[in-house]
Amino acid sequence: MTRRMTCATPPASPATDPMFTRILTSALFAGAAAGLIAALLQLVFVQPVLLHAELYEGGDLVHFGPGGEANSATPALGGFDALRDGLSIIFTMLIYAGYALVLIPLMALAQERGATINARTGLLWGAAGFVTVHMAPAFGLPPEVPGVAAADLMARQLWWGATVLATGIGLWLAAFGRSWAAWGGAVVLLLAPHLVGAPSPEVFSGPVPTELGALFAARALGIGLAAWVLLGGFAGFFWARETQGRGAAQTA
Amino acid sequence: MTTTTLTAGQSGSRSILAALSAAVLGLGILWMAGHAQAGALHDAAHDVRHATGFPCH
Repeated sequence: MTRRMTCATPPASPATDPMFTRILTSALFAGAAAGLIAALLQLVFVQPVLLHAELYEGGDLVHFGPGGEANSATPALGGFDALRDGLSIIFTMLIYAGYALVLIPLMALAQERGATINARTGLLWGAAGFVTVHMAPAFGLPPEVPGVAAADLMARQLWWGATVLATGIGLWLAAFGRSWAAWGGAVVLLLAPHLVGAPSPEVFSGPVPTELGALFAARALGIGLAAWVLLGGFAGFFWARETQGRGAAQTA
Repeated sequence: MTTTTLTAGQSGSRSILAALSAAVLGLGILWMAGHAQAGALHDAAHDVRHATGFPCH
């Protein structure tokens, strides 16, 4: 193969390498869009359940025991709180931008190895991202309503991080592996965190009704899936645009 | 062969450095927004951490 690659003008220095800017631009757009949609969905579907659970966490409502007369399942919860919910919107956009900053370099790596990256394949990347950072950790540590009993925070964060890492590498091997050894490794990595098991509390002491806990977990995961599929699609779309622009500029 | 793979090969190590820098920045944001336990940060991100499934207090 001739070294046609020398025809292109190399960047003047690593600092001016446009790769970082391209990733940053794509990630901020994709993360802000998916994060904003996720935040609005959470405000509509998850926040009322969280506020309801906090009434039990704070003792305003009591589910069992003395004073535990039947409570209405639909108490008044208060409406939109500009500061609290505004911060939630900002942090959700920040978190999805953070996810996109990790997702897009992985897309770029796969692209260099021959994978097609666009909005449509991005949807699959998003589904895989959802499994990696939501579904797999939730299999051991389901999204918690405030007030539930839980093991030591540090232990849970370690298990969460290790599970995300093992699941991410496992899915990469499943998707891009080319041998039975790689696919076998994928199975081991996907199963291992759950065979080891998540840290669990010594006793259950959560005051929140199970109806609220189950609804909260289901809605948090459902919105996670919607947001991640959108994030993957947006990331693929913006990344394809950025790389097409680069190709056009250099062949011109 | 596409221009994309040509330029990717040409500036390979710089691209990897740029990709790694972006990923590290992303992980830093995720750690700060999702896991750091500093009081004000925890309070501000509290609802999001619950709704996004991060381990929280």
